[in-house]
Amino acid sequence: MEPPAEVVHWLFGVGFVFLSLCLLAEAIVGREVWRRRAWRAYLWPGIAFLMGVLMWPVMVFYTSSAIHMLAHSTWAQVMMLVGGAQLGLVRGKLHNPLWELTLPLALLVSGLAFLIHEQNPWLFSRSAFLHHALGWTMIAGTVITLGRAVQPRSTAFNAGFAMIMVATATLLFCDRNLAPIFGHLSPLAGGR
Amino acid sequence: MDAELVRQRARARTRHSWRHTAVSALGPLTALVGLVWALIQPYRITLLDPDKHSFWYLAVQPPLFVILVGVVFHFWLVPGLLGDLEEVEEHSS
Repeated sequence: MEPPAEVVHWLFGVGFVFLSLCLLAEAIVGREVWRRRAWRAYLWPGIAFLMGVLMWPVMVFYTSSAIHMLAHSTWAQVMMLVGGAQLGLVRGKLHNPLWELTLPLALLVSGLAFLIHEQNPWLFSRSAFLHHALGWTMIAGTVITLGRAVQPRSTAFNAGFAMIMVATATLLFCDRNLAPIFGHLSPLAGGR
Repeated sequence: MDAELVRQRARARTRHSWRHTAVSALGPLTALVGLVWALIQPYRITLLDPDKHSFWYLAVQPPLFVILVGVVFHFWLVPGLLGDLEEVEEHSS
């Protein structure tokens, strides 16, 4: 009894909402205050890693096409990479600050995966629109997180990263299996 | 002298309090967004019409989940965070 694809997207949206609240709170209080309790420091990297793990069953059970499967496995890998690298940095197992670059790398790869695996134009259907919007949101996130890697204590970059996660959650909540976008739905997608 | 110290400390605390207010507001604002969303799109609340929906659509209702995330964040994460923030602000003032 598999959940419909749109329901899975909404569930990941819930994960992104919680992730963004953690990131926003960290941006407001500052990294020192946020990390005063060890469990809190592990919270968002842990959630990112868990969401990466949960992306694997999505990849396995929603194999509508090969390119779709590849995209989901790419997201699973990069989310686990970011979560793992951040956990390593917080724990002190990883020392090189260049590991921070895994975050912009993950967003760039995720954005490209969205844009490449969506074969249809923006107004083909709501799903197509959301894929394009999510792709470009991730690309914008790449720029912001590059700034964050250079200036880790910048409130603007940290809050910007949190807002990218809010935008991602919002776009995921908008997803429907088949729905028009601004009144457009291609006949090829099932419209009239 | 003591009164002056108290005034300085109060001023310092007021200066930092926007962080306190902002963090305190995150959870309630998130829950409010979920509530407004539920009012704008009541058809998303499938529990209002349970006979017409399958299990997954009854189990996963995004506006209610957003409210739940706001509540969990506010009551589970925020109190400890505010305690740590106050402690740091006390030391720095």
